[in-house]
Amino acid sequence: MNWDWDVVGDYMPRFWDGVQLTLQALVLGSLIAFGLGLVWAIAQRSPYRWVRWPVSAVTEFIRSTPLLVQLFFLFYVVPEWGPSMSPLTTGIVGLGLHYSTYTAEVYRAGIGGVPQGQWEAATALSLPRVRTWLAVILPQAIRRVVPALGNYVIAMLKDSPMIAIIGALDMFGEARSFSNETFTSEAYVVVGVAFVVIAYPASVLIRLLERRLVLTS
Amino acid sequence: MSSPADTPEIPPTVTDPPEPAVVTAAESRAAGTELVRFDKVTKRFGGTTVLDQLDFSVAAGKHVTLIGPSGSGKTTILRLLMTLLRPDEGTIRVDGALLTHEERNGRLVKAGDRHVREVRKKIGMVFQQFNLFPNMRVLRNVMEAPVHVLGLSKDEAEQRARDLIELVGLSEQLDKYPSQLSGGQQQRVAIARALAMRPQVLLLDEVTSALDPELVAGVLDVLRDIAHSTDITMLCVTHEMTFARDISDAVLMFDKGKIVESGPPDKIFSDPEESRTREFLSTVL
Repeated sequence: MNWDWDVVGDYMPRFWDGVQLTLQALVLGSLIAFGLGLVWAIAQRSPYRWVRWPVSAVTEFIRSTPLLVQLFFLFYVVPEWGPSMSPLTTGIVGLGLHYSTYTAEVYRAGIGGVPQGQWEAATALSLPRVRTWLAVILPQAIRRVVPALGNYVIAMLKDSPMIAIIGALDMFGEARSFSNETFTSEAYVVVGVAFVVIAYPASVLIRLLERRLVLTS
Repeated sequence: MSSPADTPEIPPTVTDPPEPAVVTAAESRAAGTELVRFDKVTKRFGGTTVLDQLDFSVAAGKHVTLIGPSGSGKTTILRLLMTLLRPDEGTIRVDGALLTHEERNGRLVKAGDRHVREVRKKIGMVFQQFNLFPNMRVLRNVMEAPVHVLGLSKDEAEQRARDLIELVGLSEQLDKYPSQLSGGQQQRVAIARALAMRPQVLLLDEVTSALDPELVAGVLDVLRDIAHSTDITMLCVTHEMTFARDISDAVLMFDKGKIVESGPPDKIFSDPEESRTREFLSTVL
Protein backbone atom coordinates (compact mmCIF):
# COMPACT_ATOMS: atom_id res chain seq x y z
CA MET A 1 0.00 0.00 0.00
CA ASN A 2 1.25 3.43 -0.89
CA TRP A 3 0.71 5.81 1.96
CA ASP A 4 -0.30 9.27 0.75
CA TRP A 5 -0.38 12.13 3.24
CA ASP A 6 -2.36 14.23 0.77
CA VAL A 7 -5.21 11.78 0.97
CA VAL A 8 -5.11 12.08 4.75
CA GLY A 9 -5.22 15.86 4.38
CA ASP A 10 -8.23 15.66 2.05
CA TYR A 11 -10.05 13.42 4.49
CA MET A 12 -9.45 15.64 7.53
CA PRO A 13 -12.51 17.96 7.25
CA ARG A 14 -14.84 14.99 7.05
CA PHE A 15 -12.88 13.22 9.77
CA TRP A 16 -13.62 16.07 12.19
CA ASP A 17 -17.30 15.91 11.25
CA GLY A 18 -17.17 12.22 12.05
CA VAL A 19 -15.41 12.76 15.37
CA GLN A 20 -18.07 15.27 16.33
CA LEU A 21 -20.85 12.84 15.54
CA THR A 22 -19.12 9.95 17.31
CA LEU A 23 -18.67 12.01 20.47
CA GLN A 24 -22.24 13.26 20.26
CA ALA A 25 -23.58 9.72 19.95
CA LEU A 26 -21.29 8.58 22.77
CA VAL A 27 -22.23 11.33 25.23
CA LEU A 28 -25.97 11.21 24.59
CA GLY A 29 -25.99 7.42 24.36
CA SER A 30 -24.17 7.21 27.68
CA LEU A 31 -26.64 9.56 29.33
CA ILE A 32 -29.51 7.35 28.18
CA ALA A 33 -27.66 4.22 29.28
CA PHE A 34 -26.89 5.68 32.72
CA GLY A 35 -30.41 7.01 33.29
CA LEU A 36 -32.42 4.15 31.85
CA GLY A 37 -30.15 1.52 33.41
CA LEU A 38 -30.84 3.01 36.80
CA VAL A 39 -34.57 2.87 36.14
CA TRP A 40 -34.29 -0.81 35.18
CA ALA A 41 -32.21 -1.60 38.26
CA ILE A 42 -34.59 0.09 40.67
CA ALA A 43 -37.62 -1.42 38.98
CA GLN A 44 -36.10 -4.86 39.43
CA ARG A 45 -36.12 -4.31 43.18
CA SER A 46 -39.76 -3.31 43.16
CA PRO A 47 -41.93 -5.13 45.68
CA TYR A 48 -44.43 -5.75 42.87
CA ARG A 49 -44.02 -8.72 40.60
CA TRP A 50 -45.92 -7.00 37.79
CA VAL A 51 -43.13 -4.40 37.68
CA ARG A 52 -40.18 -6.73 38.12
CA TRP A 53 -41.23 -9.38 35.66
CA PRO A 54 -41.71 -7.28 32.49
CA VAL A 55 -38.55 -5.29 33.19
CA SER A 56 -36.51 -8.47 33.56
CA ALA A 57 -38.02 -9.85 30.36
CA VAL A 58 -37.32 -6.71 28.32
CA THR A 59 -33.75 -6.24 29.54
CA GLU A 60 -32.95 -9.91 29.11
CA PHE A 61 -34.33 -9.77 25.57
CA ILE A 62 -32.32 -6.69 24.64
CA ARG A 63 -29.17 -8.14 26.11
CA SER A 64 -29.55 -11.37 24.14
CA THR A 65 -29.98 -9.76 20.73
CA PRO A 66 -27.21 -8.06 18.72
CA LEU A 67 -26.93 -4.29 18.71
CA LEU A 68 -26.77 -4.33 14.92
CA VAL A 69 -30.16 -6.06 14.68
CA GLN A 70 -31.61 -3.63 17.19
CA LEU A 71 -30.38 -0.66 15.14
CA PHE A 72 -31.99 -2.06 11.99
CA PHE A 73 -35.18 -2.73 13.91
CA LEU A 74 -35.30 0.81 15.31
CA PHE A 75 -34.53 2.37 11.94
CA TYR A 76 -36.60 0.27 9.55
CA VAL A 77 -39.32 -1.48 11.57
CA VAL A 78 -40.33 0.96 14.28
CA PRO A 79 -41.27 3.76 11.83
CA GLU A 80 -43.85 1.39 10.27
CA TRP A 81 -46.07 1.91 13.30
CA GLY A 82 -44.26 4.42 15.40
CA PRO A 83 -42.09 7.50 15.24
CA SER A 84 -39.41 7.69 12.62
CA MET A 85 -36.13 9.14 13.75
CA SER A 86 -33.08 10.51 12.00
CA PRO A 87 -30.13 8.11 11.64
CA LEU A 88 -28.23 9.89 14.41
CA THR A 89 -31.18 9.89 16.82
CA THR A 90 -31.82 6.24 16.05
CA GLY A 91 -28.16 5.49 16.69
CA ILE A 92 -28.19 7.32 20.01
CA VAL A 93 -31.39 5.63 21.15
CA GLY A 94 -30.10 2.26 19.98
CA LEU A 95 -26.76 2.55 21.75
CA GLY A 96 -28.37 3.98 24.89
CA LEU A 97 -31.08 1.33 25.07
CA HIS A 98 -28.69 -1.52 24.38
CA TYR A 99 -26.16 -0.42 26.96
CA SER A 100 -28.80 0.46 29.53
CA THR A 101 -29.40 -3.26 29.97
CA TYR A 102 -25.75 -3.68 30.87
CA THR A 103 -25.52 -0.65 33.14
CA ALA A 104 -28.65 -1.99 34.84
CA GLU A 105 -26.64 -5.04 35.89
CA VAL A 106 -23.83 -2.79 37.10
CA TYR A 107 -26.21 -0.72 39.20
CA ARG A 108 -27.86 -3.87 40.46
CA ALA A 109 -24.53 -5.14 41.75
CA GLY A 110 -23.81 -1.74 43.28
CA ILE A 111 -27.19 -1.60 45.01
CA GLY A 112 -26.80 -5.18 46.19
CA GLY A 113 -23.42 -4.24 47.65
CA VAL A 114 -24.93 -1.66 49.99
CA PRO A 115 -25.09 -3.43 53.37
CA GLN A 116 -28.50 -4.59 54.56
CA GLY A 117 -27.92 -2.50 57.69
CA GLN A 118 -28.32 0.68 55.64
CA TRP A 119 -31.83 -0.33 54.61
CA GLU A 120 -32.59 -1.28 58.18
CA ALA A 121 -31.34 2.04 59.53
CA ALA A 122 -33.49 3.85 56.99
CA THR A 123 -36.50 1.79 58.06
CA ALA A 124 -35.77 2.39 61.73
CA LEU A 125 -35.78 6.13 61.04
CA SER A 126 -38.95 5.78 58.92
CA LEU A 127 -37.25 7.54 56.01
CA PRO A 128 -39.64 7.62 53.05
CA ARG A 129 -38.83 5.19 50.25
CA VAL A 130 -37.78 7.84 47.76
CA ARG A 131 -35.57 9.54 50.33
CA THR A 132 -33.97 6.21 51.23
CA TRP A 133 -33.04 5.65 47.60
CA LEU A 134 -31.85 9.19 46.89
CA ALA A 135 -30.01 10.02 50.09
CA VAL A 136 -28.80 6.68 51.39
CA ILE A 137 -28.69 3.84 48.87
CA LEU A 138 -27.84 5.42 45.51
CA PRO A 139 -24.98 7.64 46.69
CA GLN A 140 -23.28 4.56 48.12
CA ALA A 141 -24.18 2.26 45.24
CA ILE A 142 -23.19 4.60 42.41
CA ARG A 143 -19.89 5.48 44.03
CA ARG A 144 -18.74 1.91 43.83
CA VAL A 145 -19.88 1.35 40.24
CA VAL A 146 -18.47 4.47 38.57
CA PRO A 147 -15.44 2.58 37.18
CA ALA A 148 -17.64 -0.21 35.81
CA LEU A 149 -19.91 2.35 34.17
CA GLY A 150 -16.87 3.99 32.63
CA ASN A 151 -15.83 0.70 31.10
CA TYR A 152 -19.19 0.50 29.37
CA VAL A 153 -18.67 3.97 27.91
CA ILE A 154 -15.49 2.68 26.31
CA ALA A 155 -17.30 -0.43 25.09
CA MET A 156 -19.96 1.83 23.63
CA LEU A 157 -17.31 3.90 21.88
CA LYS A 158 -16.04 0.74 20.24
CA ASP A 159 -19.55 -0.27 19.17
CA SER A 160 -20.40 3.18 17.87
CA PRO A 161 -19.28 2.52 14.25
CA MET A 162 -22.32 0.27 13.91
CA ILE A 163 -24.54 3.33 13.63
CA ALA A 164 -22.87 4.03 10.28
CA ILE A 165 -24.86 1.07 8.93
CA ILE A 166 -28.10 3.02 9.30
CA GLY A 167 -26.53 6.13 7.79
CA ALA A 168 -25.26 8.09 10.77
CA LEU A 169 -21.84 9.18 9.60
CA ASP A 170 -19.54 8.82 12.57
CA MET A 171 -15.74 8.67 12.26
CA PHE A 172 -15.96 5.28 10.67
CA GLY A 173 -18.92 6.12 8.43
CA GLU A 174 -17.12 9.18 7.10
CA ALA A 175 -14.00 7.12 6.48
CA ARG A 176 -15.96 4.48 4.63
CA SER A 177 -17.77 6.88 2.33
CA PHE A 178 -14.59 8.90 1.73
CA SER A 179 -12.61 5.77 0.89
CA ASN A 180 -15.31 4.47 -1.42
CA GLU A 181 -15.45 7.77 -3.27
CA THR A 182 -11.67 8.17 -3.63
CA PHE A 183 -10.61 4.53 -3.93
CA THR A 184 -8.16 5.04 -1.05
CA SER A 185 -7.74 3.40 2.36
CA GLU A 186 -5.75 5.91 4.43
CA ALA A 187 -8.92 7.16 6.13
CA TYR A 188 -9.46 3.76 7.82
CA VAL A 189 -6.03 3.98 9.40
CA VAL A 190 -6.72 7.49 10.64
CA VAL A 191 -9.95 6.29 12.23
CA GLY A 192 -8.25 3.30 13.81
CA VAL A 193 -5.66 5.57 15.38
CA ALA A 194 -8.38 7.96 16.49
CA PHE A 195 -10.15 5.17 18.40
CA VAL A 196 -6.96 4.36 20.26
CA VAL A 197 -6.30 8.02 20.96
CA ILE A 198 -9.74 8.39 22.54
CA ALA A 199 -10.13 5.00 24.20
CA TYR A 200 -6.72 4.54 25.80
CA PRO A 201 -6.60 7.78 27.81
CA ALA A 202 -10.21 7.15 28.80
CA SER A 203 -9.35 3.76 30.25
CA VAL A 204 -6.39 5.26 32.11
CA LEU A 205 -8.72 7.92 33.49
CA ILE A 206 -11.14 5.25 34.69
CA ARG A 207 -8.36 3.36 36.42
CA LEU A 208 -7.28 6.53 38.22
CA LEU A 209 -10.87 7.22 39.21
CA GLU A 210 -11.22 3.67 40.48
CA ARG A 211 -8.13 3.97 42.65
CA ARG A 212 -9.33 7.30 44.03
CA LEU A 213 -12.77 5.98 44.85
CA VAL A 214 -11.40 2.87 46.49
CA LEU A 215 -8.93 4.88 48.53
CA THR A 216 -11.44 7.37 49.82
CA SER A 217 -14.24 4.95 50.62
CA MET B 1 -22.96 9.70 120.11
CA SER B 2 -26.35 8.18 119.84
CA SER B 3 -27.21 4.62 120.38
CA PRO B 4 -29.53 2.90 118.01
CA ALA B 5 -32.21 3.12 120.63
CA ASP B 6 -32.21 6.94 120.50
CA THR B 7 -32.61 7.09 116.77
CA PRO B 8 -35.98 8.61 116.11
CA GLU B 9 -38.30 6.40 114.27
CA ILE B 10 -38.58 7.35 110.64
CA PRO B 11 -42.25 7.77 110.00
CA PRO B 12 -43.40 5.36 107.34
CA THR B 13 -44.07 7.33 104.22
CA VAL B 14 -47.01 6.39 102.16
CA THR B 15 -45.79 5.45 98.75
CA ASP B 16 -47.35 3.54 95.95
CA PRO B 17 -45.98 0.10 95.57
CA PRO B 18 -43.32 0.20 92.84
CA GLU B 19 -44.86 -0.38 89.49
CA PRO B 20 -43.61 -3.56 87.95
CA ALA B 21 -41.93 -3.04 84.61
CA VAL B 22 -43.23 -6.24 83.20
CA VAL B 23 -46.82 -6.84 83.96
CA THR B 24 -49.51 -9.09 82.74
CA ALA B 25 -51.64 -7.77 79.95
CA ALA B 26 -54.73 -7.37 82.14
CA GLU B 27 -52.90 -5.42 84.82
CA SER B 28 -51.30 -2.95 82.50
CA ARG B 29 -54.46 -2.34 80.57
CA ALA B 30 -56.05 -1.40 83.85
CA ALA B 31 -53.19 0.94 84.66
CA GLY B 32 -53.19 2.36 81.17
CA THR B 33 -49.42 2.66 81.09
CA GLU B 34 -48.35 -0.14 78.83
CA LEU B 35 -46.33 1.04 75.89
CA VAL B 36 -45.34 -2.17 74.19
CA ARG B 37 -47.34 -5.32 74.15
CA PHE B 38 -46.86 -8.67 72.44
CA ASP B 39 -49.88 -10.94 72.18
CA LYS B 40 -49.25 -14.56 71.26
CA VAL B 41 -46.51 -13.58 68.84
CA THR B 42 -44.96 -16.40 66.87
CA LYS B 43 -42.08 -16.02 64.46
CA ARG B 44 -40.59 -18.82 62.44
CA PHE B 45 -37.56 -18.90 60.16
CA GLY B 46 -38.03 -21.82 57.84
CA GLY B 47 -38.80 -24.74 60.08
CA THR B 48 -37.42 -23.16 63.24
CA THR B 49 -39.73 -21.44 65.65
CA VAL B 50 -37.81 -18.49 67.02
CA LEU B 51 -40.60 -17.00 69.09
CA ASP B 52 -43.33 -19.23 70.35
CA GLN B 53 -46.68 -17.66 71.31
CA LEU B 54 -44.91 -14.89 73.16
CA ASP B 55 -46.86 -12.65 75.52
CA PHE B 56 -45.31 -9.75 77.34
CA SER B 57 -45.65 -6.07 77.83
CA VAL B 58 -43.52 -3.17 78.91
CA ALA B 59 -44.82 -0.24 80.92
CA ALA B 60 -44.04 3.30 79.81
CA GLY B 61 -40.75 4.65 81.08
CA LYS B 62 -39.37 1.31 82.14
CA HIS B 63 -36.09 -0.20 81.08
CA VAL B 64 -36.26 -3.85 80.27
CA THR B 65 -33.31 -6.03 79.42
CA LEU B 66 -33.62 -9.25 77.47
CA ILE B 67 -31.02 -11.87 78.21
CA GLY B 68 -30.53 -15.42 77.10
CA PRO B 69 -28.34 -17.61 74.94
CA SER B 70 -27.86 -16.64 71.31
CA GLY B 71 -30.67 -17.87 69.12
CA SER B 72 -33.15 -17.55 71.95
CA GLY B 73 -35.16 -14.90 70.09
CA LYS B 74 -34.13 -11.71 71.92
CA THR B 75 -32.98 -9.82 68.86
CA THR B 76 -36.00 -11.05 66.92
CA ILE B 77 -38.23 -9.25 69.40
CA LEU B 78 -36.48 -5.95 68.71
CA ARG B 79 -36.56 -6.53 64.97
CA LEU B 80 -40.28 -7.31 65.07
CA LEU B 81 -40.89 -4.08 66.96
CA MET B 82 -38.84 -2.12 64.45
CA THR B 83 -40.86 -3.78 61.63
CA LEU B 84 -37.70 -5.20 60.12
CA LEU B 85 -39.55 -8.50 60.47
CA ARG B 86 -43.23 -9.37 60.42
CA PRO B 87 -44.68 -11.86 62.91
CA ASP B 88 -46.21 -15.05 61.56
CA GLU B 89 -48.91 -15.03 64.20
CA GLY B 90 -50.08 -12.75 66.95
CA THR B 91 -50.19 -9.00 67.33
CA ILE B 92 -47.88 -6.28 68.57
CA ARG B 93 -49.12 -3.02 70.04
CA VAL B 94 -47.17 0.16 70.60
CA ASP B 95 -48.78 2.80 72.77
CA GLY B 96 -52.12 1.11 72.22
CA ALA B 97 -51.91 1.08 68.43
CA LEU B 98 -51.51 -2.14 66.52
CA LEU B 99 -48.20 -2.29 64.72
CA THR B 100 -48.93 -5.35 62.67
CA HIS B 101 -52.54 -4.81 61.76
CA GLU B 102 -54.96 -1.98 61.25
CA GLU B 103 -58.70 -1.69 61.37
CA ARG B 104 -60.38 -1.11 58.06
CA ASN B 105 -64.14 -1.13 57.73
CA GLY B 106 -64.40 -2.75 61.13
CA ARG B 107 -62.10 -5.63 60.22
CA LEU B 108 -58.54 -6.25 61.22
CA VAL B 109 -56.31 -6.43 58.17
CA LYS B 110 -52.55 -6.54 57.69
CA ALA B 111 -51.18 -3.07 58.31
CA GLY B 112 -50.48 -0.92 55.27
CA ASP B 113 -47.27 1.01 54.77
CA ARG B 114 -48.62 4.32 55.99
CA HIS B 115 -50.07 2.87 59.16
CA VAL B 116 -46.84 1.07 60.01
CA ARG B 117 -44.92 4.29 59.41
CA GLU B 118 -47.09 6.25 61.85
CA VAL B 119 -46.81 3.71 64.65
CA ARG B 120 -43.13 3.12 64.00
CA LYS B 121 -42.23 6.77 64.54
CA LYS B 122 -42.62 6.08 68.25
CA ILE B 123 -39.75 3.62 68.14
CA GLY B 124 -36.05 4.20 67.71
CA MET B 125 -33.32 1.64 67.35
CA VAL B 126 -29.57 1.42 67.82
CA PHE B 127 -27.88 -1.43 66.00
CA GLN B 128 -24.95 -3.66 66.81
CA GLN B 129 -23.15 -2.50 63.64
CA PHE B 130 -24.08 1.22 64.11
CA ASN B 131 -25.39 1.47 60.53
CA LEU B 132 -24.60 5.15 60.21
CA PHE B 133 -24.94 6.53 56.70
CA PRO B 134 -21.31 6.60 55.50
CA ASN B 135 -22.01 9.18 52.81
CA MET B 136 -23.20 11.78 55.32
CA ARG B 137 -21.30 13.76 57.90
CA VAL B 138 -22.14 13.28 61.58
CA LEU B 139 -24.42 16.29 61.75
CA ARG B 140 -26.40 15.26 58.70
CA ASN B 141 -26.71 11.67 59.89
CA VAL B 142 -28.57 13.03 62.92
CA MET B 143 -30.56 15.68 61.01
CA GLU B 144 -31.70 13.58 58.08
CA ALA B 145 -34.76 11.91 59.58
CA PRO B 146 -36.02 14.87 61.64
CA VAL B 147 -36.05 16.96 58.46
CA HIS B 148 -37.44 14.37 56.07
CA VAL B 149 -39.71 12.38 58.38
CA LEU B 150 -40.84 14.77 61.09
CA GLY B 151 -40.82 17.77 58.76
CA LEU B 152 -38.66 19.94 61.00
CA SER B 153 -37.06 23.00 59.46
CA LYS B 154 -33.34 22.76 58.77
CA ASP B 155 -32.61 25.15 61.65
CA GLU B 156 -34.74 23.30 64.16
CA ALA B 157 -33.30 19.95 63.12
CA GLU B 158 -29.75 21.27 63.27
CA GLN B 159 -30.27 22.68 66.76
CA ARG B 160 -31.74 19.40 67.93
CA ALA B 161 -28.91 17.45 66.32
CA ARG B 162 -26.23 19.68 67.85
CA ASP B 163 -27.77 19.29 71.30
CA LEU B 164 -27.88 15.52 71.01
CA ILE B 165 -24.38 15.26 69.61
CA GLU B 166 -23.23 17.32 72.58
CA LEU B 167 -25.13 14.97 74.89
CA VAL B 168 -23.15 12.03 73.53
CA GLY B 169 -19.94 14.04 73.82
CA LEU B 170 -19.04 14.44 70.15
CA SER B 171 -19.44 18.15 69.49
CA GLU B 172 -15.92 18.23 68.07
CA GLN B 173 -16.79 15.66 65.42
CA LEU B 174 -19.82 17.30 63.76
CA ASP B 175 -18.17 17.59 60.37
CA LYS B 176 -16.49 14.20 60.25
CA TYR B 177 -17.63 11.25 58.20
CA PRO B 178 -18.46 8.06 60.13
CA SER B 179 -15.39 6.31 58.71
CA GLN B 180 -13.23 8.93 60.45
CA LEU B 181 -14.62 7.99 63.87
CA SER B 182 -13.87 5.11 66.21
CA GLY B 183 -16.50 2.42 66.66
CA GLY B 184 -17.46 3.84 70.03
CA GLN B 185 -17.89 7.31 68.59
CA GLN B 186 -19.94 5.94 65.71
CA GLN B 187 -22.22 4.17 68.11
CA ARG B 188 -22.71 7.35 70.12
CA VAL B 189 -23.68 9.16 66.93
CA ALA B 190 -26.12 6.34 66.21
CA ILE B 191 -27.65 6.87 69.65
CA ALA B 192 -28.00 10.60 68.95
CA ARG B 193 -29.54 9.80 65.57
CA ALA B 194 -32.14 7.54 67.13
CA LEU B 195 -32.96 10.07 69.86
CA ALA B 196 -33.37 12.88 67.35
CA MET B 197 -36.69 11.32 66.36
CA ARG B 198 -37.85 11.68 70.00
CA PRO B 199 -39.02 8.08 70.16
CA GLN B 200 -41.02 6.82 73.11
CA VAL B 201 -39.25 3.48 72.97
CA LEU B 202 -35.56 2.99 72.34
CA LEU B 203 -34.43 -0.44 71.18
CA LEU B 204 -30.80 -1.32 71.85
CA ASP B 205 -29.61 -4.36 69.97
CA GLU B 206 -26.28 -5.55 71.41
CA VAL B 207 -24.97 -2.05 70.95
CA THR B 208 -21.53 -2.78 72.40
CA SER B 209 -20.91 -6.21 70.89
CA ALA B 210 -19.04 -4.88 67.87
CA LEU B 211 -16.83 -2.54 69.88
CA ASP B 212 -13.26 -2.92 71.03
CA PRO B 213 -13.31 -3.55 74.79
CA GLU B 214 -11.82 -0.15 75.68
CA LEU B 215 -14.61 1.66 73.81
CA VAL B 216 -17.50 -0.11 75.52
CA ALA B 217 -17.55 2.01 78.65
CA GLY B 218 -18.01 5.31 76.82
CA VAL B 219 -21.10 4.04 75.02
CA LEU B 220 -22.59 2.49 78.15
CA ASP B 221 -22.01 5.71 80.10
CA VAL B 222 -24.00 7.65 77.53
CA LEU B 223 -26.82 5.14 77.72
CA ARG B 224 -26.79 5.14 81.52
CA ASP B 225 -27.10 8.89 81.40
CA ILE B 226 -30.06 8.71 79.07
CA ALA B 227 -31.70 5.96 81.09
CA HIS B 228 -31.44 7.95 84.30
CA SER B 229 -32.17 11.43 83.02
CA THR B 230 -35.07 10.82 80.62
CA ASP B 231 -38.37 9.01 80.82
CA ILE B 232 -37.73 7.07 77.62
CA THR B 233 -38.71 3.42 77.59
CA MET B 234 -35.84 1.10 76.79
CA LEU B 235 -35.76 -2.42 75.47
CA CYS B 236 -32.27 -3.71 75.55
CA VAL B 237 -30.54 -6.86 74.35
CA THR B 238 -27.08 -7.04 75.84
CA HIS B 239 -24.38 -9.26 77.19
CA GLU B 240 -23.14 -6.52 79.51
CA MET B 241 -24.66 -7.85 82.70
CA THR B 242 -23.33 -5.07 84.92
CA PHE B 243 -24.92 -2.51 82.65
CA ALA B 244 -28.16 -4.48 82.58
CA ARG B 245 -28.17 -4.52 86.36
CA ASP B 246 -27.55 -0.77 86.50
CA ILE B 247 -30.25 0.45 84.22
CA SER B 248 -32.93 -2.23 84.20
CA ASP B 249 -36.22 -2.21 86.00
CA ALA B 250 -36.77 -5.74 84.84
CA VAL B 251 -34.87 -8.54 83.20
CA LEU B 252 -36.42 -11.17 80.96
CA MET B 253 -34.61 -14.44 80.57
CA PHE B 254 -35.27 -16.08 77.21
CA ASP B 255 -34.66 -19.55 75.97
CA LYS B 256 -35.95 -21.26 72.85
CA GLY B 257 -38.39 -18.49 72.03
CA LYS B 258 -40.06 -18.37 75.41
CA ILE B 259 -39.63 -16.31 78.55
CA VAL B 260 -38.08 -18.62 81.12
CA GLU B 261 -38.11 -16.17 83.96
CA SER B 262 -38.62 -12.49 84.60
CA GLY B 263 -38.14 -10.15 87.50
CA PRO B 264 -36.12 -7.25 88.89
CA PRO B 265 -32.41 -7.45 88.06
CA ASP B 266 -31.31 -8.08 91.64
CA LYS B 267 -33.54 -11.08 91.82
CA ILE B 268 -32.60 -12.50 88.42
CA PHE B 269 -28.88 -11.98 88.78
CA SER B 270 -28.53 -12.93 92.45
CA ASP B 271 -31.22 -15.45 93.08
CA PRO B 272 -32.81 -16.82 89.93
CA GLU B 273 -35.61 -19.34 90.30
CA GLU B 274 -34.96 -21.36 87.19
CA SER B 275 -32.03 -23.67 86.66
CA ARG B 276 -31.89 -22.57 83.01
CA THR B 277 -31.28 -18.97 84.12
CA ARG B 278 -28.59 -20.03 86.58
CA GLU B 279 -26.90 -22.06 83.89
CA PHE B 280 -26.93 -19.16 81.45
CA LEU B 281 -25.68 -16.64 84.00
CA SER B 282 -22.84 -18.88 85.02
CA THR B 283 -21.59 -18.79 81.44
CA VAL B 284 -21.66 -15.02 81.08
CA LEU B 285 -20.90 -13.60 84.53
